[in-house]
Amino acid sequence: MVIYLDNNATTKVDERVLEAMLPYLKEDYANPSSMYEFSVTPANAIAEARGKVKDFLGAKNEKEIIFTSCGSESANTAIKGAVAHNKGKKHIITTKVEHPCVLNTYKYLEKQGYKVDYIGVNSNGELDIDELKEKITDDTALVSVMWANNETGVIFPVEEIGDIIKSKNPETLFYVDAVQAAGKIPINVKDTNIDMLGVSGHKFHAPKGVGVLYVKSNVILPPLIIGGHQEKGRRAGTENVPYIVGIGVAAELAQNALEYEGTEVKRLRDKLETGILKRTYNSRLNSSINNRVPNTCNIGFEYIEGELILLHLSDLGICASSGSACTSGSLEPSHVLRAMGTPFTALHGSIRLSLSRFTTEKEVDYAIEKIPEVIDEIIKISPYQNELAHLRERANKGK
Amino acid sequence: MWKYSDTVMDHYRHPRNVGKIDDADVIGEAGSLTCGDSLKLYLKIKDGIVTDAKFQTFGCGSAVASSSMLTEMIIGKPIDDVKKITNADIAKALGGLPPEKMHCSVMGHEALEDALKKYYNEEIDFDLSDPAGTGSRVVCTCFNVTEDVIKEAIEVNGLKTVEEVTNYTKAGGACGRCKGEIQKLLDKYAKKDETKLSPAQLVLKINKVIETVIAPELQKDGGDIELQDIRDNKVYVKLRGRCSDCRHSDVTVKAFVQSTLKDKVSNDLEVVQV
Repeated sequence: MVIYLDNNATTKVDERVLEAMLPYLKEDYANPSSMYEFSVTPANAIAEARGKVKDFLGAKNEKEIIFTSCGSESANTAIKGAVAHNKGKKHIITTKVEHPCVLNTYKYLEKQGYKVDYIGVNSNGELDIDELKEKITDDTALVSVMWANNETGVIFPVEEIGDIIKSKNPETLFYVDAVQAAGKIPINVKDTNIDMLGVSGHKFHAPKGVGVLYVKSNVILPPLIIGGHQEKGRRAGTENVPYIVGIGVAAELAQNALEYEGTEVKRLRDKLETGILKRTYNSRLNSSINNRVPNTCNIGFEYIEGELILLHLSDLGICASSGSACTSGSLEPSHVLRAMGTPFTALHGSIRLSLSRFTTEKEVDYAIEKIPEVIDEIIKISPYQNELAHLRERANKGK
Repeated sequence: MWKYSDTVMDHYRHPRNVGKIDDADVIGEAGSLTCGDSLKLYLKIKDGIVTDAKFQTFGCGSAVASSSMLTEMIIGKPIDDVKKITNADIAKALGGLPPEKMHCSVMGHEALEDALKKYYNEEIDFDLSDPAGTGSRVVCTCFNVTEDVIKEAIEVNGLKTVEEVTNYTKAGGACGRCKGEIQKLLDKYAKKDETKLSPAQLVLKINKVIETVIAPELQKDGGDIELQDIRDNKVYVKLRGRCSDCRHSDVTVKAFVQSTLKDKVSNDLEVVQV
């Protein structure tokens, strides 16, 4: 039995996505660029997928959609492309809580002589927009902000940020990492000041190995992968036809499921969250209650350690993830929770639970029953019994 | 997911001797909440024998397993045996730990050492701890790791690189500012190689390894090797006999000659075929 509550890490491939892909792994294997009738079907399939993704992201036309291999490739293409586009400008602005694939690209650019400002967040995980606004100068080549945070689910107001950027410097490009927003909240890049936006298929029920980069039609980026004419020369390499078909269908299904995400997935997430918070006395919510994607919750358990929680949950078939240092082997706990100033007592014991449209009420009920049991077991081992007793007292008084 | 041994999994699933001993004779402590793992070790000691041990751990699966295993290793044992236990012994009893998790076994050992030091008013000398008791300088301020802890980890586990020291002690794992200092400690405490050899001694040692270890192996295949020159840690050699025209000679040089010299003489050496 697997209770999969780690959908921000990856998601299950939707059966309908797989079905749509199979012909292109079997009979319709032609290279879409070839000059015979046999290649028409795959070429049309790519065009159809591009149309679906265009609609999903609310782009103006299909030419703005580039298929890539993953979210990291989308980010790398956009970021490295943007600084090449704005040659001469040496300043970049991003946030302290971006995904490592973005942060490490900026670390790389810092070594190349770029100056990068990292904007902080408050204890709810919300961005300091004023600070961001102040930092924009004539020298700013790029601002990049994630739409939703992978660890906390907190949503950044990217439309508003786009307007601020362009009002201060119209030449500054704006990249939005929408990997954790796609399929969870509506995305509509049309009529926004977002120049580039990246998504990853496997976060919304397409398989791993396919992503998308949206590039506004007036922005010309040099390709990251140089070679053939594919994707109008913006991303070389023979098109990954079955996966492109897959992300197209996944985008269409995700678009249709948005209402369900915002209502039913949210209801289950809220039930899970309140259920756990109510049944454990050493827990706290690591973000604001509002202003989050509907599927994510991040709970900190004080005076116990996250990896141990995950190992015990795994024994019960429950898959979750943790911002604990021990899980990653990095020795440092989550950069996101630290940027939020999460109390050090809860920093190492923070758990992320992320649902999908496939999560059932039964699974949520099971998790609500089992997670507090695991927490109680681990509390027994903790050396901080006095502190825990204090928390228990406080919780009892509160009731 | 980490690849944990069955023993590790058994111990974090069913930790032995959890809790506190209210009338403990001594309590050893290691780690801290901010660092992400900490341990309290309670001991009852009677007539030089550890009669009971319990623990409380804040930490990951391998930290709990290390603590649990440690209590099993010391209950009923004479102090003289207990003080010989090293972190490597704890890791070994657990069927090994992933390299990045070795610091968990070190924490177990630190708590034990702390307990025994307190119990004997720091009068006893530990085999591998600072015998002079010169108080220990903090090297890594992020994780509060002292020179003693790093020295012991280097000596007991034969550590050679800064990364290994980080895996074993956590030192240098956060801001990384102390990495230079850790390298100095490695230079000081790691098994000595050519750093102490004079240029003449280095030449003699390399030549000896070539003549007594490498050449006999090559001769078995009808080949031979001759030392030509040594400059700036580069060892210039000539392959002879069947080795000289063997199309695998590059492989021979890199895989066998170089690795043997690195192992026996110095890790910094590079072998060049002339």
